[in-house]
Amino acid sequence: MAHRAGHRLSLLLLGLLALTACGLGQSSQQASGSVKLTMICRCVANGAVNASLVTWLQSAVLPDFAARAKSEGKQVSVDLVQFGGSDEELKARLALDLRAGKGEDVMAFDGFWIPEFASARLLKPLDQVASSSASWDGWGKIPGNVQDLLRYGGQRYGVPSGTDARVIWFRKDLFQKAGLPADWQPKSWDDIFAAADQIKRSLPGVTPMQVNAGTAMGEATTMQGLYPLMVSAGNFIYDFNAQKYVARSPGLLDALQFYRTVYSDKGYGDRQLQIQQDGRNRSFEEFRDGKIAMLWESDYLWRSVLAAGQYRLDGRDQLVSFAKIPNRTAGQGYLGRGFVTVSGGTGWVINPNTKNALDSWELLSFMFSRPELDKFETIEPFIPPRTDVAVPSDQVLTNLVKLLPVTVVRPNLPTYDRVSQAAQLATQQVVTGEMTPEQAQDAYAASVAQIAGPDRTVSATSPQKK
Amino acid sequence: MTPSGERQLLSRRAGLLFLGPGLLLILVFLVVPSLWVIGISLTNQALLGENAAAPAFVGLSNFASLFDIRGWGFPGQFGWSLRLSFLFVAGSVVGQAALGLAIAWLFHRRRGVLRELLYALVIVAWITPDVVVAFAWIAFLDRDAGTLNALLAALHLPRVDWLIGHPLLSIVLFNVWRGTAFSLLLFSGALATIPVSYLETAGVVGASAWQAFRDVVLPLIRRHILTDLLLITLWTFNTFTPYLITAGGPAFHSELVPIYVWRTAFQYYDLGRGAAVAVVMLGVNLGLALFYLAGVRRQAARP
Repeated sequence: MAHRAGHRLSLLLLGLLALTACGLGQSSQQASGSVKLTMICRCVANGAVNASLVTWLQSAVLPDFAARAKSEGKQVSVDLVQFGGSDEELKARLALDLRAGKGEDVMAFDGFWIPEFASARLLKPLDQVASSSASWDGWGKIPGNVQDLLRYGGQRYGVPSGTDARVIWFRKDLFQKAGLPADWQPKSWDDIFAAADQIKRSLPGVTPMQVNAGTAMGEATTMQGLYPLMVSAGNFIYDFNAQKYVARSPGLLDALQFYRTVYSDKGYGDRQLQIQQDGRNRSFEEFRDGKIAMLWESDYLWRSVLAAGQYRLDGRDQLVSFAKIPNRTAGQGYLGRGFVTVSGGTGWVINPNTKNALDSWELLSFMFSRPELDKFETIEPFIPPRTDVAVPSDQVLTNLVKLLPVTVVRPNLPTYDRVSQAAQLATQQVVTGEMTPEQAQDAYAASVAQIAGPDRTVSATSPQKK
Repeated sequence: MTPSGERQLLSRRAGLLFLGPGLLLILVFLVVPSLWVIGISLTNQALLGENAAAPAFVGLSNFASLFDIRGWGFPGQFGWSLRLSFLFVAGSVVGQAALGLAIAWLFHRRRGVLRELLYALVIVAWITPDVVVAFAWIAFLDRDAGTLNALLAALHLPRVDWLIGHPLLSIVLFNVWRGTAFSLLLFSGALATIPVSYLETAGVVGASAWQAFRDVVLPLIRRHILTDLLLITLWTFNTFTPYLITAGGPAFHSELVPIYVWRTAFQYYDLGRGAAVAVVMLGVNLGLALFYLAGVRRQAARP
């Protein structure tokens, strides 16, 4: 059976299941202290997304939580809704559920969605939903900049589950076959192109490099592709000093030109993967199978995608390594940084419509207690939100954490996602050859002015130095 | 109809009473939502962000931006989707009507296993649920593992990436396959009403099969053809099923108007603008429906 077709069907079926669950998932407080909670995440057991998150929840958090409640004389059961669609589809579902005053009690949430939902009054500050959250001792263990991932307008909206970083992942086996070093570290874009060129010449059938582009990949396009390229060339889409969106910049033009080089002029990347619907999963699959040599992705690829579930790669530690993202040319990097990366973060929120707010908070704070996070680290080593949780020895993650001081985060604004969508469209227009980088920047600048207002945009004429 | 002057079976009041429940349903589920959509189209109502909590009246600016001539026909814009929808409807209508008529004519006044089998298959394609059909078509057209490409490869023909390389053609073929049953059934019924003697007379005077079809059959089923074409046009213009196969992609190359509405309202969360497109669609549908009713009336008036 067609593999991709099977995947599409499973998405459809999951969607249907999710719809059913939606109808049934109303939590209800029953007599005699019995509580039913529901939670939703973009996660599928043994599937294509966050497989180990399900393992952790089902094998550790939920049984432990039920056992603790039982020792307190309470009957608590939690239904986990596994959502198998894309991030964008989950966002749409959560928006519609919340708007209708429905939805699961506890929801996995991407941090950058918070401003849009909060300003639409679909979410409420955490201490208004569950007053007991304000006095949680866990807050003292989560650094302020990590808490900021789920903060808006000075208020906490949820508990962050950690942060991430972007790098260039590469296949050591393919690099060696092509005569490239296994500890490859480019110093400039020319070094990246030289490696791609060498792979293209010596390994026919292997796609040298995939860097996310296009609207189908949504936020993955801007986070894994466009922003890393832009900061590498000295600009970002937002000027935090002026508090305005940067509509035009040399960094944006350079980044768009990079796409044109990769997907049109030199053919280092497979354009099809960037315009088809499940291109991101296909890129995971091809990277796992050794058909893509370099993949611009976040640590999610390492710790989750290749570690467990549908795209698990046996021998990952021997076969895969990463290179830090260099400047376009030395000294050009954003804020004068030598290497660059971009970070985001996800977390969990409580549905303001829940009838079981305090129990939901009990569940959430229990999930993010030190013992439970320690258990997650043994299932999937990741960058933890709490400073008192140690990462088991994973040299790759340890090296990734060292990049966090030079990272860039997105502006925490309700208009941000629309601007990001305009930027995704710009990359698509260049990748398909519909527009030159200059034309795509013009169209992008017009969209940003329309979304944020002309007085909220600026043009940069040189790389941003501070 | 009761001829005037005769005593009516029902009083006017009783008639209204019988119509009442139906009218009420139409009012609640058709008229009110339509007015609601028109209302939203005049605002900047959004699902998320500041405009969700405090929407403002913006007059006709949503409509103005839809027909903004700059970049109008560019991929991802309204004009682009309108053009794709036009091509999709034209291809589907011609394909479905022609295929339906051809099969109906081919098996006219014939019996046998082949006819029953073909009719059954065409109707199965029509009544199978969308999701199942969409999955089957993805499996059929897939670049690497698709049935069609396996057949092409067996014939030593090059593989084609149908869904990426020819998305519009793919969904037109899909829709023709999906919807031909309606034309087939309608035309089968229409052909059955033609008196056998007409065709026998045509045969006696030496008309070829094509001449008999053109000069005898076509004029007699003209009304059915009009009905068929207009109903298919309406259904095809409004269908969302191609989304299940191509999701409007790649790069907007199969983004029909209904998919554009969906993307605007539920991916960009711009309910006001999405409603404006829906209003334009409503106008197109009304226009087609009036055209259809006028046509039927004119035909009915003819002796």
